[in-house]
Amino acid sequence: MDAVLDNLDAVVRAFTYTLLLFLISGVLSLVLGTALAALRVGPVSVLRLAASAYVTIVRNTPLLIVLIFFRIAAPKIGLNFNFVDVQFGDIRLNNLFTACVVGLTVYTAAFVCEAIRSGINAVQLGQAEAARAIGLPFAGVMREVVLPQAFRASVPPLASVQIALLKNTTVAGALGVFEAFARMRSLNNDYATQRIEIFLVFAFVFVVLVEVLSFIANRLERRWRIA
Amino acid sequence: MSAGVLFDAPGPRTVARHRLYSILGSVVLAVFVALALWRLYERGQFEFDKWEPFLTPRYITALLVDGLLTTLQMAFSAVIGAVVLGVVLGVGKLSDHALVRWPSWAIVEFFRAVPVLLLMIFIFYAYGIDRGDSGAYWSVVIALVLYNGAVLAEVFRAGILAVPQGQAEAAYAIGMRKTQVTNIVLLPQAVKIMIPAIISQCVVALKDTSLGYAVAAPGLTKVGQAIYQQFGNQVPTVFVLAALYIAANVALTMIANKVQKRFVGEKKVLQVSQVGGADGRDRMHI
Repeated sequence: MDAVLDNLDAVVRAFTYTLLLFLISGVLSLVLGTALAALRVGPVSVLRLAASAYVTIVRNTPLLIVLIFFRIAAPKIGLNFNFVDVQFGDIRLNNLFTACVVGLTVYTAAFVCEAIRSGINAVQLGQAEAARAIGLPFAGVMREVVLPQAFRASVPPLASVQIALLKNTTVAGALGVFEAFARMRSLNNDYATQRIEIFLVFAFVFVVLVEVLSFIANRLERRWRIA
Repeated sequence: MSAGVLFDAPGPRTVARHRLYSILGSVVLAVFVALALWRLYERGQFEFDKWEPFLTPRYITALLVDGLLTTLQMAFSAVIGAVVLGVVLGVGKLSDHALVRWPSWAIVEFFRAVPVLLLMIFIFYAYGIDRGDSGAYWSVVIALVLYNGAVLAEVFRAGILAVPQGQAEAAYAIGMRKTQVTNIVLLPQAVKIMIPAIISQCVVALKDTSLGYAVAAPGLTKVGQAIYQQFGNQVPTVFVLAALYIAANVALTMIANKVQKRFVGEKKVLQVSQVGGADGRDRMHI
């Protein structure tokens, strides 16, 4: 326990990085994923094909490879994020952090797209037919009738995607962002005799975070449930 | 709902508009791809010496044997272990005895919520660190067994519950005991429904073997790392690694679809509740 208590500020900072990675890439992946889902169900076949190619490619690539691409390979072709360098107190968001956020976003967006598409598939056929029958165009059908219901139906799969994202932020720790995983590894090196306590503390925080997320998701689902 | 229901059969004006969108979309995509290729070309990523290792038999062998084969072995061992653990925990969660049910529940919830990477590094420090390559290898496998086992426990539980209730009732009616009902009647029928979910979990396990990078475990990522550190060809290496993973995963997914058609038919796939109880309506394992 001492290992964690003595370094409490470092541990808190590590989890702040974890949460920042999660929140920023969570929001960005929702935006990108929704756009991809719109392309995937839209009437333009070229874009449909492109979106489904994106999903297939990204879904079948390990997250680590995606992150290695943005973190290690992309700078070789001049794709770096050196223009980002923000400091809030002890928290510094630099190019490594941004590369990991981009990687996590690109990866998670594919799953968000699938979650939303499954939500769209859950909307009953009659809804879209009725919307068309009263003369709404594609954008209107989507905006007024299908998407509001689809978003409700995709809350559970979206929640599980976001929970997975929270757990996936640890991969950024293997590539240089000093978040929870990297901090746990360095504490393990410094306090070799207290490995079990260190692991249990970090694991416990993750369990709590996951439970909080799924609690919120449950409440949202119940609140927005279609009668 | 298929995409076709969302819009009317287009009239002439809409057809023209869609054609315009198609052309614009194609142009944007083409420009994007062209820019990416140009950037790669400009930075010398198409030069022969960057790709030479992937045309040299020695490195191809290293990639396929030390890399892909080891990765597949790791994933395979992990899946076998996970299935065994999953059956034990899944049946445990359905047990009539609270003393068995609650620990199974707690183990499943814990290992589903803890990131695999934390588990992996913990096991590595506790067990694998002085055992060289095989220590790292088994650290990855054990971590994946625990995580995927916990996920599969939910799959098995859902699978057993998905067997129509009359089956168990009929079995009890002809005088079978609880164990017999589970082993002879429920499990064989449940396995049939679960096979696609198990195979899609294999994809997850296969992708997660790449996390062995953090404990320097053997496998594709390690071979790739060695190659790009020697040749400085990060970009081509990442593309090759990604292509190998994608090929393996797409093959697995195709098998899953075949098996699904063969055993389950076109029925809806098994529904598994997600981490922490948010009920999933779709298979979304990442």
